[in-house]
Amino acid sequence: MLIKPVNQRAWFAVLPVVLVVAFSGVIPLMTVVNYSVQDILDVQTRFFVGFDWYRDALRDERLHAAFGRQLLFSLSVLLIEIPLGIMLARAVPRDSRWSSLMLVLLAIPLLVPLNVVGTIWQIFARGDIGPLGAALTALGIDFNYTQVPLHAWLTLLAMDVWHWTSLVILLAYAGLSSIPPAYYQAAALDGASRWQVFRHVELPHLRSVLMIAVLLRLMDSLMIYTEPLVLTGGGPGNTTTFLSQYLATIAVGQFDLGPAAAFSILYFLLILLLCWLFYTAVTAGDGGDRS
Amino acid sequence: MFNRLLLATYCLYLILPLYWLLTMAFKTNRDIVAKLEWIPDSPTLANFAEIFSNPVWLDGFTNSLTYVALNTVLSISVALPAAYAFSRYRFLGDKHLFFWLLTNRMSPPAVFLLPFFQLYSALELFDTPLAVALAHCLFTVPLAVWILEGFMSGIARDIDDMAKVDGHSTLSFFFRIFLPALRGGLGVTVFFCFMFSWVELLLARTLTGSETKPIVVVMTRTVSASGLDWGVLAAAGIMTVLPGLIVVWFIRKHLARGFALGRV
Repeated sequence: MLIKPVNQRAWFAVLPVVLVVAFSGVIPLMTVVNYSVQDILDVQTRFFVGFDWYRDALRDERLHAAFGRQLLFSLSVLLIEIPLGIMLARAVPRDSRWSSLMLVLLAIPLLVPLNVVGTIWQIFARGDIGPLGAALTALGIDFNYTQVPLHAWLTLLAMDVWHWTSLVILLAYAGLSSIPPAYYQAAALDGASRWQVFRHVELPHLRSVLMIAVLLRLMDSLMIYTEPLVLTGGGPGNTTTFLSQYLATIAVGQFDLGPAAAFSILYFLLILLLCWLFYTAVTAGDGGDRS
Repeated sequence: MFNRLLLATYCLYLILPLYWLLTMAFKTNRDIVAKLEWIPDSPTLANFAEIFSNPVWLDGFTNSLTYVALNTVLSISVALPAAYAFSRYRFLGDKHLFFWLLTNRMSPPAVFLLPFFQLYSALELFDTPLAVALAHCLFTVPLAVWILEGFMSGIARDIDDMAKVDGHSTLSFFFRIFLPALRGGLGVTVFFCFMFSWVELLLARTLTGSETKPIVVVMTRTVSASGLDWGVLAAAGIMTVLPGLIVVWFIRKHLARGFALGRV
């Protein structure tokens, strides 16, 4: 691998991106920071309150509960979708005319608008008009995701797996396709078992795409809003209310701008922290592998 | 063998909910509530007729497609030079800049609702497709740079040098040699930009008024206005999936090649 030359003029090529993202990212973020340190009664009347809203947010017990549910949800989603996605990607045929058809099929759930995803599962899991709910009822299970928290959770997870595992499959498929056939032949000559082939040939090649997959799934599952809102409305009770939805109730429902802004900043920092931890943990191991 | 079986099961799992939605779109509300049937006994086109006869639906489609297309074009045109710079050169603060771009992909849309509303109202962009397109750049641009950078790094730097020897100018090299070599990567990037912009609801709903209502908003409002009309809801759901399917169908070759290149 050649070393990239240093060229400060490359900044000009990056400038459009910096401007666009600054416009749609930095300005709004600064507005939120500005709100988060003020008590806003109306447009004219506002007081500087320092870090009061942050203190309140950190002590908010309903926020703690939503945070706990959020972590549990994101963790479950990752633990199911990543291994499942890898397993399925290994079964997708490579270099045949079925491949592109298969990719189109797998891409379908990704292209369904988020509220429609909620609607599809809302219908599918209902006991009266949905086959899944009806089948479970026929098996003697009193399935009702609007009343039983466990059922609501399982439906949500089933929905998320349906919706997003394809992303992991597509990315893992891309990683697997990049492995030269010679690697497999060498492994076969050595008499490697299927597990050894996976562990020593496939997994190292999947490293970078899996990092993208895990990061995207981590970010997006932490931000999930529309799908649970449509499917369960956060209920029964608050059992499926995650961070975004709790934030929306404060910001839009109660119109408490200061507290909502402080919550927003903490929320953003949390996602940033988790992604950064994962990113550095993975890239830190890079040095050892290359040598 | 086990893996193939798993894949077949998974495909079934993918298709069943969608298939159910499709059958519901061809049933009357009475049939939907009365019985579970996998093939409609007396199929009806009434639900689709309702959608096509109402201009609000068609406008919704046009509006959504306008901002999604605008967003995709905008994202890719700013991301291309940036991704090229990241893949070919080192410069002051490059690694930090790259991570900073990614952090924007991590900001929850719920956080930005109010500031976006105020910002675009102040610029008199509220209720225009451009507002939604720009807002969606928040997550599509960083992703586009990320994906394109990966693909460009996979293209050997020799072709840059060879083009220079052959007397190509920078622009001529970029459009005649580099972009064609990048086809697969462009396909994958278009797919991801289109996808994340098309499925998003929260920002699109906040930044549009009566003039540019996107299809997903039309869907929720119409349905809640007329009570629960399951048939029309299902038909509308099917209609929102179609544009994505058409896009994927047209770029499937590039997409397959892009994913097969493996440098996503």
